[in-house]
Amino acid sequence: MQLVLTEDQTMLARTAGAFMTEHSPISRLRKLRDARDERGYSLEVYRKLAELGWTAIAFSEDDGGLGMGLAEIVLVTEAMGRALAPEPLIPSLLLAGQALARAGSATLKQTWLAPAIAGEKVLALAHLEPGARFDLAKVATRADRVTGGYRVSGEKHQVWGGQLADAYVVSARVSGASGEREGIALFLVPASAKGVSSTPQVRVDSQNAAIVRLDGVELRDGDLLGTAGNGYAVLADAVDRATVALCGEMLGGASEAFDRTVAYLRDRKQFGVPIGSFQALKHRAARMYIEIELSRSAVMAAARALDEGQADAASLVSLAKARLSETYCQVANEAVQMHGGIGMTDEHEIGFFMKRARAAEMTFGDAAFHRERFAALAGF
Amino acid sequence: MTDLTAFRDELRAFLEAHAPAGLRGASGMDMGYWGGRKSAPPHPDSKRFCEMMAERGLTAPTWPKEYGGGGLEPEAAKVIEQELARLRLPPPLTGFGLTMIGPTLLQFGTEEQKREHIPRIVRGEIRWCQGYSEPNAGSDLASLQTAARVEGDEMIINGQKIWTSYGDQADWMFLLVRTDGSAKKQQGITFVLIDMDQPGVEVRPIKLISGASPFCETFFTDARARMKDVIAGMNNGWTVAKALLGHERNMIAGVFGGSAPRGGARSGPKYPLAELARRYVGDVGGHVADPVLRDRVAQMSMDQACFLLTMQRNADSMKAGHRPGPESSIFKIYGTELNQRREELTLSIRGPQCLGWEGEGFSGEELEQTRTWLRSRGNTIEGGTSEVQLNIIAKRVLELPD
Repeated sequence: MQLVLTEDQTMLARTAGAFMTEHSPISRLRKLRDARDERGYSLEVYRKLAELGWTAIAFSEDDGGLGMGLAEIVLVTEAMGRALAPEPLIPSLLLAGQALARAGSATLKQTWLAPAIAGEKVLALAHLEPGARFDLAKVATRADRVTGGYRVSGEKHQVWGGQLADAYVVSARVSGASGEREGIALFLVPASAKGVSSTPQVRVDSQNAAIVRLDGVELRDGDLLGTAGNGYAVLADAVDRATVALCGEMLGGASEAFDRTVAYLRDRKQFGVPIGSFQALKHRAARMYIEIELSRSAVMAAARALDEGQADAASLVSLAKARLSETYCQVANEAVQMHGGIGMTDEHEIGFFMKRARAAEMTFGDAAFHRERFAALAGF
Repeated sequence: MTDLTAFRDELRAFLEAHAPAGLRGASGMDMGYWGGRKSAPPHPDSKRFCEMMAERGLTAPTWPKEYGGGGLEPEAAKVIEQELARLRLPPPLTGFGLTMIGPTLLQFGTEEQKREHIPRIVRGEIRWCQGYSEPNAGSDLASLQTAARVEGDEMIINGQKIWTSYGDQADWMFLLVRTDGSAKKQQGITFVLIDMDQPGVEVRPIKLISGASPFCETFFTDARARMKDVIAGMNNGWTVAKALLGHERNMIAGVFGGSAPRGGARSGPKYPLAELARRYVGDVGGHVADPVLRDRVAQMSMDQACFLLTMQRNADSMKAGHRPGPESSIFKIYGTELNQRREELTLSIRGPQCLGWEGEGFSGEELEQTRTWLRSRGNTIEGGTSEVQLNIIAKRVLELPD
C-alpha cells in the first residue's frame, strides 16, 4: 500500500475542490435549511456530480462504473466535506449502491443501480432501527414468507438521504431474534411500493434523514439481494465502505473548520495584536494540525486497505472512524471556542461544522464503538 | 528488483556465514554498539561485527562510497534491516555519528572534512557527542554563551555545556560556540568539532530521576579546536545547528516513537500491551478482564498504528519526490508523547507492581520498566521540548504571527 496520491488522484482532488468551491458555498446549506426544503439537497448539483463521473467511481466497469475505488471516493467526499455539501453520494452509492453491486441480481442492477450511477435515481439504505445504536444486527423489522415472496413490516429511523429517495435497500429479519447476525435479509423496496411511507426527520446538521415505515409491504423473491438470512455480511461490507467515504468527508470538514480558524486567529485583533500571536492559542492550533495530519493517514490507509482487499481492512476502517470522530468533534469545538462569541451565532458559518461533526460521529459508530470493534478484531 | 533480490541473497549468505554466533538472537536496545575509543562494547563480538560490516559499507548503507558508505538506495538499507532482523542481529553500529553529525557533514562539510571524519564514523572509530545546550540556553538555544576566540589555526574555547548525552563516553564533540558577541544572537554562532581528549575539557555525569546518568556537564577551560574543523565557516553555525536538529528530531521520534516495544519484539505478539494486560488483570471470555484497561490498550494500539502510518505516508511522499517540510516536527511531538503514554499505560497495567526500584518482590522486567518510564519523561524535553516544536508548527506551518 502506497500512502501517496497518484497524479490522477491529485487531479481528481483538485477538480473536486474547485467544483465544490464554485457550486457549494455554505450559504447553500443555510438556504436549504431555512427554506425547510424537504429534500435538503439540490438534485441539480447531484446530477452535476454524476456528469463528472463521481457517482460511478466505486463501481466495476461491468456495473457501468469507472473501476476505481475508495482511494478516489475519499477525495470527492473530502471536497464535499469541506463545503458541507448535503448531496447523498454516500447513502445512494456507497450504502445502497454497494449492497446492490455486491448482492443484487442482474435485473435489480439494471433497474436500480444503473440509474443510480447515472444520477437519475437516488437510493438509500434503511437499516437503523430505534434503540439499535450502532448494531447492524439489531433488526426487528420482519420479512414473513408468503407465496413467491415476502411481506415486510417495520420502522427504520434516521435513514440518510431517505426523504424523497426513489428506492430503499431495507434490512429485515427472516428468522432469529433481533441482535443475531443470522437471519437478516436485504430487499430492494421502491419508495412507490404499497405500504411504504417516509417522514422527514429534522436533524441538527440539516441533512436529509427520514423515518421509513413499512406496513405489510409485498415483495417478490426477485427483490431480494443475495440469499435470505445471509444479509449481514453484505450490509456490514457496504457500511464499512460507506464509513471510509464518510471519514473522507469528516477529514474535509475538519480541515476546513481548522483552516477557517487559523485564518481567524491571524485576522482577529484584541489587545492591539492578532489573537494568533498568543501562545495559548498557537499551541492548541498546532495540536489540531497534528491530529488532522494523523487523521489523513488513517483515511488513506483504510481506503487503500479495502480497495486492495487487505486482511486487516476492517481494523483500519475502525481506526479511521474512531480517529476521525474524535478529530472532527475536537477541531469543531475548538473552532467555535477560538471564534469566541461570533462562533456561537447562527449567522456565522463555523457552527455548521460543529453540527455536522456530531452527526458524522454518530453515523456508523462513534469512537468508543470502533475502539471496541478494533479490540475485538485484534483478539483482546 | 532483481538487483535487490541478488543483494539480499548475497547479504543473507554473508551474514549466515560470518555474523558472530554470540550476537545472533541478541537484537535489542542494550546490544547497540556505539564504537569509539573509550566505551566498552556491549558484547565481545560487537567490534568485530561492526568492522566486518563497515568493510562492505553496510554500517552507513546510503552514504557515498568514497567516504566508506555503501552507496545504496534506501530500499537496500531496508533489506539490510530485514536481514539483520531475520537472524535477530543488532545493528552493527549506532550513535550520534551516524544519526546526527554524519548527515550534517555530508550536507555542509568540505571535501577535506568529509574525508577526515566520515570514514572514522562509518568504521565506528570515533564516538561523537553533542555540545548544544547550556545552563542558561535550553529552549532558547541561540542565547548560548560558551565563547571561542581564534588564535592562529586554532580556536580557544571557554564555557560550559550541559545535557551532553553520553559525554563521558564520547571521543569528539560537535559544538556551538559564540564567536561574535556583538551580532544578533543567531548570527554570532559557529559550529565546530573538537577532540575531547585534552586537559581543557572536563566531563561530569549528571544523575537523573531514573538513577541513570546518560547526560553530562562538559566544562571548557582554554580548550583547543582546529580551525579546519569549523563547519560552514565562522558565524554560520546556526544554519548548521538547525539542520542537525532536524536529524536529531527524526532520530528521537524513530527510536522512542517508532513504537516497537523494547527488546526488538518485532517477532513478538502484535499487541504486546494486550498480552501484558491479560497477564496482570486476567482474561474473561477472550477479553482483557478490566474493560477500562482494554479500552485504553485499544486506544493506545490504534494511536500507535496511526503514527506508524503517518511515518509511512511521509516516507512514501518523499519517495515520490516531494520535499520534506517542517511537518517533521509532528513526529517528534507525537512520537515522544506516544512513548510516554505507553509507559504510563504499562504502569497502570502492572498496578502496584510498577513501583519497584530494586531488590525483592519485583521481577527484573518490572524493575526495568520503572526506569524506562522515568527515562521517557525526558523525551518531550530533549531535542527541543514539545512546546518548542508546537511553536515551530505554529510559525512555520500555520504561519501564525509572533
